[in-house]
Amino acid sequence: MNRIIEREQLNESVVRIKVEAPRIAAKAKAGQFVILRANGRGERIPLTIAGASDGAIELIFQVVGGTTMRLSGLRVGEEIPDLVGPLGNPTPVEGLKRVAVVGGGVGCAIALPVARALAGQGAEVISIIGFRNRSLVILEEEFRAVSDKLYVTTDDGSHGEHGNVCLPLERLLAAGEKFDAVFTVGPLVMMKFVAAATRPYGVHTIASMNPIMIDGTGMCGCCRVTVDGEMRFACVDGPDFDAHSIDFDEAILRAGTYKEFENEARERHCNLYRKRERDD
Amino acid sequence: MKTARHAAAVRDPSERIGNFREVVAGYSEETAVAEANRCLRCKTKPCTAGCPVGVQIPAFIQEIANRNFEEAYRIIRATNALPAVCGRVCPQERQCEGNCVCGIKGEPVAIGALERFAADHHMAHAPTSAVEQTGRRVAVVGSGPAGLSCAGELAKRGYRVTVFEALHKAGGVLVYGIPAFRLPKEIVQREISELEAQGVQFVLNSVIGCTESVEELFEEGYEAVFLGTGAGLPKFMHIPGENARGVFSANEYLTRINLMKAYEENAETPVFRARKVLVVGGGNVAMDAARCARRLGAEVTVVYRRTEEELPARKEEIAHAKEEGVVFDFLLSPKEVLAENGDVCGLLCTRMQLGEPDPTGRRRPIPTDETVRLDADCIIPALGTSPNPLIARTTKGIAFKPHGEIVADEDGKTELDGVYAGGDAVTGAATVILAMGAGRTAARAIDAYLKNKE
Repeated sequence: MNRIIEREQLNESVVRIKVEAPRIAAKAKAGQFVILRANGRGERIPLTIAGASDGAIELIFQVVGGTTMRLSGLRVGEEIPDLVGPLGNPTPVEGLKRVAVVGGGVGCAIALPVARALAGQGAEVISIIGFRNRSLVILEEEFRAVSDKLYVTTDDGSHGEHGNVCLPLERLLAAGEKFDAVFTVGPLVMMKFVAAATRPYGVHTIASMNPIMIDGTGMCGCCRVTVDGEMRFACVDGPDFDAHSIDFDEAILRAGTYKEFENEARERHCNLYRKRERDD
Repeated sequence: MKTARHAAAVRDPSERIGNFREVVAGYSEETAVAEANRCLRCKTKPCTAGCPVGVQIPAFIQEIANRNFEEAYRIIRATNALPAVCGRVCPQERQCEGNCVCGIKGEPVAIGALERFAADHHMAHAPTSAVEQTGRRVAVVGSGPAGLSCAGELAKRGYRVTVFEALHKAGGVLVYGIPAFRLPKEIVQREISELEAQGVQFVLNSVIGCTESVEELFEEGYEAVFLGTGAGLPKFMHIPGENARGVFSANEYLTRINLMKAYEENAETPVFRARKVLVVGGGNVAMDAARCARRLGAEVTVVYRRTEEELPARKEEIAHAKEEGVVFDFLLSPKEVLAENGDVCGLLCTRMQLGEPDPTGRRRPIPTDETVRLDADCIIPALGTSPNPLIARTTKGIAFKPHGEIVADEDGKTELDGVYAGGDAVTGAATVILAMGAGRTAARAIDAYLKNKE
């Protein structure tokens, strides 16, 4: 169960794996996630399903802490001990005809299945994907395949347009382009700015939240997000929410709850990880 | 001649707050026999009447007195699927022991400790045996007390039972909620192994409602479904500042510690290492969170809006918490979480006073004008839980109450044919033993339903 059948390093810290999981693959819709543990005593982490076909799901993740480091160390043929899903609500794509999909960094892995679902229902998809620099660019060709128009930005200008994703987005909005919705996923700060960019135009904007979680079924409450002044749980009420109603500043603070621990965990696992890399 | 109740050995508080090992030791054979001999064997059996699963208490105590320990276990097990658990976590003072005739003038027989003794003795000595199967399949959703009890009863009646569990470990609240120092996880594992030996199959990492629906379970050939999905959705205080870093629901805090073992050296799951913790609430979950926080090295105060007399937690838990240095601050109701740069630094509370009794008979807390400020870097609301929301959102044909409780009759029958429910999912947060009673009742109803369907 949960056997890894493909593994690909997309950039220095982002990995794509394909995992045999027929039950999850049969149900997964764009925007839903799984929770997994990478070893028998590991932490439970949520990862959005980047794609599902032929009894397998794709997961794309950035190595940030102990679990993602371990996961990245698993080879083809090895199994993920615990994998549960699909959890969360699918991204509401129904009825949308013209959508801007705005992804940042590894968030593009979550934006891609949404763009794909939209393209699949015949919607016009304008994708904007942004990265810090050229070496971090991922999924560009995959986005091109499902987008009517694709804009790529890098913070340092080493690839595509110089700047962040808000530049092309604002330009399009200022030029009077109309969208049924803007879907955004990426770093919290980026989503906050995307929401700020679309607000004056009154464009319905959906942000996909990826807060700290344990169970993914509404039990722990650590994934709580304030939306329109109300407490919502990303796991069962989201992960997508109206971006104009999300308290991003609070979400940014909350995301840092275990920062120190994560850094320590990375240090701790690093040697193990490097050793494995050397062995390969 | 009357003899005094035999106390079980309790580990020294100063030693036990350094670890998560079990606090209360069990009886030795000699002590158990001596305690069993205190039972008056009244014909009216008020103790059994006080037991939600109707354990034949005088009968099993008699067997302990006769040193037939395995027979004592068999008698308990006939109506109670998880004796080792119940002996440890039931509020006996409000159930069996609360009704004990010995307790009228003296101290009640230590029924809980005797039940635990019989179960532990069985685990240590007896082999388990498999049961013959009928081949008919029943799905049990949730592996907490209700689900385990229902599965055990159905297996005993020869059904092929599959238990679906959302988490990576079976046991539900027995595993993620109740700490090891109160209920060692090996005990839960042994009870689960007993069920496996009876032919019950456990499917982990499976969220019914997401991974597959109730409808699909029927399509797969299950002839009946029991929903024991519990009440896991935590209630919050709904006051300003509640989302500051350092405010954790008791569920989150306990899950990190109990299920994920975040207290262990080199654990992969983080847990917030606080200096000063305030636990808000007065139930068993509040006591569990407070005692865990003590073990993680924090100073701990329980903040409760009524007085000690109204504390809903088991007496033993309150006593143990105090012994371990947990401080109680009564008649305070949280008003605002204070934070500095997003991190919790204190809690503003309204001073309360007790007014007239409310419908539950407890005196109602009434706010005064006084505001009290408590310092803390961590606040843990333990204010109860509501039923898990996923079944309600994904299952058509079942009725739910406004707070998400499944509507079921006294046999656990829901409005959907072949679907039964019990435990906290139906009642809202209650006790392990009530959930087990409901699981067992539903199992009998399922048995009758399936026999009728033949």
